[in-house]
Amino acid sequence: MFGLHYNLERSAIGLVVFIVLVASIGGLIEIAPLFTIDETVEKAPDMRVYTPLEVAGRNIYIREGCYACHSQMIRTLRDEVERYGPYSLAVESSYDHPQLWGSKRTGPDLARLGNKYSDAWHTVHLTNPRDVVRESKMPAYRWLLRDTLRTDDLSNHLTALRTVGVPYTDEQIANAALDAYGQANPETEAADSVAERYGAETNIRMFDGVTDRLTDMDALVAYLQVLGNLTDAAHQPNQPEAE
Amino acid sequence: MIADLTRAERVWAMLILGSLGLAGLAMAVAGRNDLLGVHGWMVLAAGLGGFIVVMRGLELPEPSDDRLTEYYDAPTRLGLILTLLWAVVGMAAGFWIAALLAWPDLTFDAAWASFGRLRPVHTSGVIFGFGGNALIATSFHVLQRTTRARLPDQISPWFVLLGYNLFCIVAASGYLMGMTQSKEYAEPEWYADIWLVVVWVVYFIIYMRTLARRKEPHIYVANWYYMAFILVVAILHIVNNLAVPVSFGSAKSYSLFSGVQDAMTQWWYGHNAVAFFLTAGFLGMMYYYLPKRAGRPIFSYRMSIISFWGITFMYMWAGSHHLHYTALPHWVQTLGMAFSVVLLVPSWASAGNALLTLNGAWHKVRDDAVLRFMALAAIFYGITTFEGSFMAIRAVNSLSHYTDWTIGHVHAGALGWVAMITFGSLYSLVPSMWKRPGLYSDKLVEVHFWLALSGTVIYVFAMWNSGVIQGLMWRTYTESGGLSYSFIDSLVAMHPYYIARAFGGLLFLLGALVALYNVVMTIRMPATAQNEVVRDIPIQTALQAGE
Amino acid sequence: MPFDHETIVGFSKSFGLFYLLILSVIALVWTYWPSNKKGFDEAAKRPVAEEEDRPWR
Repeated sequence: MFGLHYNLERSAIGLVVFIVLVASIGGLIEIAPLFTIDETVEKAPDMRVYTPLEVAGRNIYIREGCYACHSQMIRTLRDEVERYGPYSLAVESSYDHPQLWGSKRTGPDLARLGNKYSDAWHTVHLTNPRDVVRESKMPAYRWLLRDTLRTDDLSNHLTALRTVGVPYTDEQIANAALDAYGQANPETEAADSVAERYGAETNIRMFDGVTDRLTDMDALVAYLQVLGNLTDAAHQPNQPEAE
Repeated sequence: MIADLTRAERVWAMLILGSLGLAGLAMAVAGRNDLLGVHGWMVLAAGLGGFIVVMRGLELPEPSDDRLTEYYDAPTRLGLILTLLWAVVGMAAGFWIAALLAWPDLTFDAAWASFGRLRPVHTSGVIFGFGGNALIATSFHVLQRTTRARLPDQISPWFVLLGYNLFCIVAASGYLMGMTQSKEYAEPEWYADIWLVVVWVVYFIIYMRTLARRKEPHIYVANWYYMAFILVVAILHIVNNLAVPVSFGSAKSYSLFSGVQDAMTQWWYGHNAVAFFLTAGFLGMMYYYLPKRAGRPIFSYRMSIISFWGITFMYMWAGSHHLHYTALPHWVQTLGMAFSVVLLVPSWASAGNALLTLNGAWHKVRDDAVLRFMALAAIFYGITTFEGSFMAIRAVNSLSHYTDWTIGHVHAGALGWVAMITFGSLYSLVPSMWKRPGLYSDKLVEVHFWLALSGTVIYVFAMWNSGVIQGLMWRTYTESGGLSYSFIDSLVAMHPYYIARAFGGLLFLLGALVALYNVVMTIRMPATAQNEVVRDIPIQTALQAGE
Repeated sequence: MPFDHETIVGFSKSFGLFYLLILSVIALVWTYWPSNKKGFDEAAKRPVAEEEDRPWR
C-alpha cells in the first residue's frame, strides 16, 4: 500500500522534473552565451553614463509607457538606416536596465533622436503633439510641465544602477540631486560640476524654459536629447553594411 | 466560503491575512514618500478586511465530514465569475486604447487615462486577469475530475485564487499611477513579483498534493499542460524579473540585465508567456472540455502527448525571433527562426487532434454554440500558429516587425484561440458548477458567438491590412532612390483601420458583457433538485473502489 | 580546449539540432511503445466517462 502510494507520487514528480529539464535547456543555450559579454557586445571606450537628470527622464519615459509605441532599435535594414540613421549596436544599450528596444512603432524609432530637434520643439510637442505635427496620434502630456521633478532619491537610483553594473563613481552618486539641478540650470556652479563629472559633451541647458523649478519635462527632454549620443560607436566606418 | 473551512483552517486564514495586513502596513510606512505607500495601504486594507470577515465567521459550526465525499468547487465558482469580470475590465480597456489611437485627444489631460498607462491595464487585464483566472478556475476543476481526488485542503485554493487577484489589482492600479518595469507582459514591480512567486508556489503544491491522492496511475494529459503552465511560468517569471529595488521604500527597481542580454531574456520570457500561459494552459482546457462537450474521447491521445513534448521543448528556443535584424547575435536569431518553423508540427498536431475529435459530431457543432466556440478556437489556433511560424522567418519578419501585423497576429491568437476556448469551457462548466439544469439562455450564447466571431474577424483583418501597408510604406523607394513616404504618411494611412479595429474590439467586448449577463442570470435561476442530476447519484460499488 | 565564448557558442549552435532529434525520438518511442497503449486508451476515455461526480475516497 505504501509502496504503491510512493510510486504514484514519484511519477508525478518525475513528470515535473522532466518538464523543467526539457523546458529550461532552450533558454539556457540561447541566453548563457550572451553573458560571455566581451565578444557579444562591441567595445566603446568613449561610452558615457546617463546623468541623474537623464536617469530621471528615462524613468518618466518608462512611467508613461512611451516604449509601447516607440522602438529604440534600428535594425540592420537599408530603409531603416536611411530613415533613422546608423543601425543600433548592442553596446549602445549596455547601460540600459532594462533595455527599451520596444516591439512596436506606432510612432517612429527614437534610437537616434538626440539633438535632432530643439528643446523648445520637444517641450511643445510633448505638451500637445498636434501643435507641431498636425496628424500626430501621440497623447498630449501636459502634466509633464506642471509636475515638479523629484530629485531627493536620485542618489539611491544611481546606487541601485551601480549594483546592477553601471559604473557610477561615489562622487556622482553623492551629488546626484545637485547634478540634476545643475544640468537644467546653465551658468551656475552646479552646472559646471555636472560637466566636470559627466564630461564636456553633456547637454547642460534649461530644457523646458521654466525658470523657477525642475519639472518632469526637463528630465524627459534631457533624456530624449541624449538618445543615441552616449557613444559614437555606431557612426564608426568599420561597421558591416546594412542588408 | 468561511463555513466551508474547518476551525483550524479559519485560524490559519486569520494568521495569513493578518500577516498580509502587516506586510501592507510595512509597505505603507516604508513607502510613505513614494507611490509604494499607496499599494501598502491597499494591501493593508485587503489583509485587514479579509481578517475581519474570517473572524466574524470563526464561531460558525464546523463543516460536516460529508464535504469530503464531494469535490471542492467553491473556488472554481468564484474564479469563473472573476474571469468574466476581468474580461469586461480588460476588454473595455482594450477598446478604450484602440479609440485613443483613432482619437488621441480622448486622454482629457489625465495622466492615468493616457495610452501608455492604459495599455498594460489592457494587456495584463486580459492575459492575467481574464486568462489567469480562467486557468486557475478550470485547472482546479479538471484536476479533481481527472484524478478523482478532492483538493487537499480548503484554504490553499482560496489563497491562490484571491492572492492572484490581489496581484492583478496591484498590477493594474500601479500602471495607472505609472509604476511599471516597462518589460512587456512583466510590468509589475518587484514587490508584486515576489508576491506572485509565493502564490505560484502554493498553486504548484496544490497540484502535486492532489495528484498524489489520485486513483489512476496515469495522469490525464490535460494536467500535463496545466503543470507545464505552472512550472514554466514560474521559471520565466523569476528569471525575467530579477531586479534591484532603489530602496525598500521605493516601488522602482532596476533590472539585473541590460541591453542585449536583457532583450533576449525579455523575449525569452515574452514568447514563452505566450507558449506556456496562453497556449499550454489553454490546451489543457481544450483537452478536457472539448472531448467532454462533444461526448467523444480525444481523437488521438498519443498525438496529444507528442504535441505536448514538442511544445515544451521547442517553444523555449523560439523567443529570439522577436529580435530579428537587431543587435542580437545572428546565430541566436537563426536558431530562434528554425525552432519557430518546426514548432508548427506540434501546434498543428493539437489543432488537428481537436478538429478530428469533432469529426462525426459536426451536427453537434452546428446546433450547440458552446461546442462551436471550442471548434472555432481550434481553427484559430491552427491559423495563428501557422501565421506565427511564418512571421518568424527573417525575411517576413523584416516586413511585419514593429507594425500592426504583429498586433493582428496576437489578437488572432488571443481573441480567436484563448478567449473562444475559455468562453466555450466556461459555458459548459457553469451549469454543473451551480447545479443548474442548463444555461439561462442558449440564444444569448448564440448571440455571443456571432459577436465574438465578427469582432475577431474585423479586428484581425483591419490589423493585417494596416500592418502590411505600414511595412510596405516604410520600405518603398522612389525612382530616384529616396524613401517614398515620411513616417507621418504611414500613420495617416492607418487611421481608417484604427477605427475599424476599435469597432471590432467593441463587438468582442459586447460579447463578453452578454456572457456575464447570461452567467449571472444562470446563477440566479433556481437550483435543480439533487436527484434530477443523474451523475450526482452516488454509486455504491464505485464508492468501494478505493478500499 | 579553452572554455571561452567561441566554445559555448559552438556548442549552442550544434546542440540544438542534436537535442531536438534525440528528444523527438524519445517522445515518439515512449508514446508508441506497445505496452503503453492500454493506459492511453483508458486515459482518453476519462473526460467522457459516465461516472459519479465524486472523489474516489
